[in-house]
Amino acid sequence: MAEVGRAYEGGRARSRRRSHVGVHAILIPASLVMIAPFLWQIVTSLKTLSSATRVPPSLLPEGRWDNYGRMFDLLPFSDQFLNTALMAAGRTAGQILLCPLAAYAFARLRFPGRSVLFGLFLSVLMVPPQLFVLPQYEITASLGWLNSVQALIVPGMFSAFGVFLLRQFFLGLPRELEEAARLDGAGPLRTYWYVMLPLARPGVIAMSVLALLWSWNDLFWPLVVNTDPEKMTLSAGLAALQGQFQTDYPVLMAGSLLASLPVIAAFALLQRQFIQGIAHTGVKG
Amino acid sequence: MTSTDGQESGPRRAGSAPASGGTRPGGRRPRRDRVSEALWGYAFIAPAGLGLAVFHLWPVLQTGYFSFTQWGVFGGHTWTGLDNYHRLLTDPEVARSLVNTLAYTALGLVGIPLAIVFAALLNREGLRGTGVYRTLFFLPVVTMPVAVAMVWRWLYNGEYGLVNHVLALVGIDGPHWIADPDTALFALAAVGVWSGLGYNLIIFLAGIQAIPKEFYDAAAIDGAGPVRQFFRITLPLLSPTAFFVSVISVIGSLQLFDLVYVLAGSGLTGRANPAFPRIQTVVQLFYDRAFLTDDRGYAAAIVMMLLVIIVALTALQFRMQKRWVHYG
Repeated sequence: MAEVGRAYEGGRARSRRRSHVGVHAILIPASLVMIAPFLWQIVTSLKTLSSATRVPPSLLPEGRWDNYGRMFDLLPFSDQFLNTALMAAGRTAGQILLCPLAAYAFARLRFPGRSVLFGLFLSVLMVPPQLFVLPQYEITASLGWLNSVQALIVPGMFSAFGVFLLRQFFLGLPRELEEAARLDGAGPLRTYWYVMLPLARPGVIAMSVLALLWSWNDLFWPLVVNTDPEKMTLSAGLAALQGQFQTDYPVLMAGSLLASLPVIAAFALLQRQFIQGIAHTGVKG
Repeated sequence: MTSTDGQESGPRRAGSAPASGGTRPGGRRPRRDRVSEALWGYAFIAPAGLGLAVFHLWPVLQTGYFSFTQWGVFGGHTWTGLDNYHRLLTDPEVARSLVNTLAYTALGLVGIPLAIVFAALLNREGLRGTGVYRTLFFLPVVTMPVAVAMVWRWLYNGEYGLVNHVLALVGIDGPHWIADPDTALFALAAVGVWSGLGYNLIIFLAGIQAIPKEFYDAAAIDGAGPVRQFFRITLPLLSPTAFFVSVISVIGSLQLFDLVYVLAGSGLTGRANPAFPRIQTVVQLFYDRAFLTDDRGYAAAIVMMLLVIIVALTALQFRMQKRWVHYG
């Protein structure tokens, strides 16, 4: 570090290269720690129980693909897969429909009580979700919705977070196009749908990606409302399995890998959107 | 949306609606337009607003009400005043889970300096493989927490777990981690930090990238090396981000459920784990009382307590930010 000052060009380049070796020396072991549990999960999922519990363990998988098939015998895995997909899709679709609409109104339309109403929306954001659970459960039960797909979807369709995130986004958009649409005689709905919503696409995508991620991985609410194995989501189903078959780790590893694979695949495809979405959550008003 | 037939219906409805307030001085637009805009505004927020009112706002008030009631075996509830709160103050299980949750929250803060260091390292100019590193750090964030917990339960297994195999290589006889009362909470917190690192890292990376490059160039000309630049520029300018991350990380940790539900078990499977009393969290206790023993009034009081703690710790952090957060 001391040599940065002298022999400017060459010295700087050399010191940079050298310090990058040091950076990699920290980052490589650290990323090994991040990835190793997943690699071990894959290796274990392809072993028999007896070889998984051998000491010392073998680091190599054994090609026991039937562990993946056995998951479908232990659980109504395909039902749970479908329930989870419907839950994630339904909640996300609801949020895409409702959040930007409200967000646009809060950002651009003027109406009496706007800040009070927005404050109410924000207050929902501050409250830990566990405070919603008991009354939501009562509502769901009184509708006769326990053990149903709509129980998984409907309460999760409304997101104060989505409204907040997208309001920020709309506030950052230029007003000119909107004014032009208005001068052309377009009303608020038309302006929103044809002009502003398309402009807000990156924000809507960021919100949707997070909504998909969070609903696919959600545990508490699905665990509570749907107790019938055919109606459970993957996270609740797997968690239930944990209690019953505590020892068959190869099958548990196979199942947990299958359950998390769709989101990991979505992440691989939409990495930029995921990361932007997360980065957006850190942007303060 | 009630009306989808575009802008025609707006002004027409507006014409018959009562005007709110007089014409504002300087407001040149006709009153009809303003009233119509306001009606559109209400129509736009109505669907999300009604949903949030029914499923979020009203439930908060109702949970508050439930916390003053006792639930019967066959449904229905009776007003019992402060009984649940009296019970709360003397219940050893509540005290225990509260201590566990607070300790877990404090341990979880270790993840913040870790994330800052890794973000600073990943941001080095000309570093190769940044994308790969970022992806690897982020992988646990997108993985289902139940799956993460299951993998770690296997890794932590006393006899066959990878963690103890690795420790055995250097001659250490590892404990049973989450089944050992002395290590359970630390083992749990380690998984929490591991799985949240990527999330914090991304937020810090965005924060670092918002720092003007000129600051670093000027510092380099003055002879400041990367370490000094980190402490003199990156760290102070990142403190608002660190404040934000610490607020959300505390709020998140206080609500821990998924990881501990799978790692420690719940209900009967939980009781079988000797370390269960040392890692049971507040939300887990809420789950047990609300849905396993159907003691819903008491469960409501437990989450009301959680709300008070979250508000108090968040307020405390906002008060303390003057001491360490640099703005502007």
